[in-house]
Amino acid sequence: MICDQCRENDATVHLTQIVEQAVTQLHLCERCAAERGIETAGSGGEKNPLGDFLQAVQQQTAQYPGDAARCAYCGTSLRDFRASGRVGCSQCYGAFEQSLRELLRRVHGSTRHQGWSYLPADPEIVTREITLQQLREKLHRAVQDEAFEMAASLRDQIRGLE
Amino acid sequence: MSVDLSLLPDGGLHWLGASGEHAGIVLSSRIRLARNVAGFAFPARAREGERLRVLHQLRDVAARLPSLRDAAVVRVDECTPQQRLLLHERHLVSRELAGLDRKDEAPTAGAVFVTGEAGVMVNEEDHVRLQVFRSGFDVLGALRAAETMDRELGSELPYAWHQEFGFLTACPTNTGTGLRASVLIHLPGLVLTQEIAKVLQGLQHMGLTYRGLYGEGSDVLGNFFQVSNQTTLGRSEEELADQLVRVVRRVIEREEEARRVLLRDAGYIIEDKLWRAYGTLSHARNLPADEAMNLLSGVRLAAGLNLISGLSVYTLNKLLIFSQSAHLAQMEGRALTDGEANLARAKYVRQVLANEARLAG
Repeated sequence: MICDQCRENDATVHLTQIVEQAVTQLHLCERCAAERGIETAGSGGEKNPLGDFLQAVQQQTAQYPGDAARCAYCGTSLRDFRASGRVGCSQCYGAFEQSLRELLRRVHGSTRHQGWSYLPADPEIVTREITLQQLREKLHRAVQDEAFEMAASLRDQIRGLE
Repeated sequence: MSVDLSLLPDGGLHWLGASGEHAGIVLSSRIRLARNVAGFAFPARAREGERLRVLHQLRDVAARLPSLRDAAVVRVDECTPQQRLLLHERHLVSRELAGLDRKDEAPTAGAVFVTGEAGVMVNEEDHVRLQVFRSGFDVLGALRAAETMDRELGSELPYAWHQEFGFLTACPTNTGTGLRASVLIHLPGLVLTQEIAKVLQGLQHMGLTYRGLYGEGSDVLGNFFQVSNQTTLGRSEEELADQLVRVVRRVIEREEEARRVLLRDAGYIIEDKLWRAYGTLSHARNLPADEAMNLLSGVRLAAGLNLISGLSVYTLNKLLIFSQSAHLAQMEGRALTDGEANLARAKYVRQVLANEARLAG
């Protein structure tokens, strides 16, 4: 049976509605059911923050089909995140900021850290570490692509910083 | 490759000492802080080289820090499967870092730094998982110790940090403080009086959650529960820990009340049941792990109710950890099948209880 709403997917949720004594039946796929806010056996159940959280990511990416969007730094996509429940690096928090902000609010009820503050002793060290890491990534790719001239230049830059 | 675990300070088991408040009911208190090093992909995404660099960087930094310079460093990925299981049985490394869910394979550059009361897991889900254990009910003491270590470490190691979100972690359920404050608590009274479901439900309303003896994904065995905070963002570390302390204090009161009710209303039935547990542990020749855990729970309750004297809480704590399979294999000096482990467990428990009875007598 095909979903009454999208007419594409198989209907797995079957609803019987009674409005003013008139009985109507609705057959929906899981995605359309979720869009209408209908909880299915798989989506309901006991309170599970990570489950809620992943479900929210899923709903978001269903609305924004660009879930192939990737973190430029580590290459993690929203789809990877949805599958594993983990982001790939600290830069992912910037790459998927909007989604994560909403999800953090759902899971924790807040997005603002109220705990211990953190001031790195030397912000230059942080910047240098990040630059170094980016250069190492580029070097790794250059070697893979056999771009040896570029690799040599990158290696010198890394040595300089180290 | 094998690693000498005898070098661990206190065997990494300082928290078994039964020295803290309410040690009969609360075995241990633990603070865990999740941290990542800026500039590296998180461990699951990082390549081997990156993970190794994180470990080396941490090793260099630890050597300069008062709280970590004397730590024993164990490369978990160089341990034998039995040693990894043993570290896990001691709560020093998680299932994930021990590689127990992957076929005999621990994650590359996974390590643990062990001091008297702390353990720092490296390259687990996050680069750094700093843990402080205290014996008995001492969540706030553990928090203060963890804060000191964290400040030392953070002054030398650039943490992944976001102005609004706080400390950044691989799983957003830990983002913010990265704090998991927990107690390992024994609640047989509430289980026997069938009050436990209500209490556990109440925990969730108070923003707390519970798990089994070995944390996430582990079963509740022997009436041991790990109770911890659920959220990590939007409240300070002290507020989160305070909330746990307040709620656990009430749970302890209810457990004590349940024990009084049991003695009052079912005195001889309980007494008989607990002495039978002691009898089985003292004489059994074949003791499967789950059965041992349940019987130990009974004997622990008997000691708490003063029905059995001369059994120290320390011995009961030790039995709980040392009667597990990797510990038994270490005592026997060879790998054991499940059947052999059951025989070795029965022998070990009998010996410890007989010794204890001789000392008391």
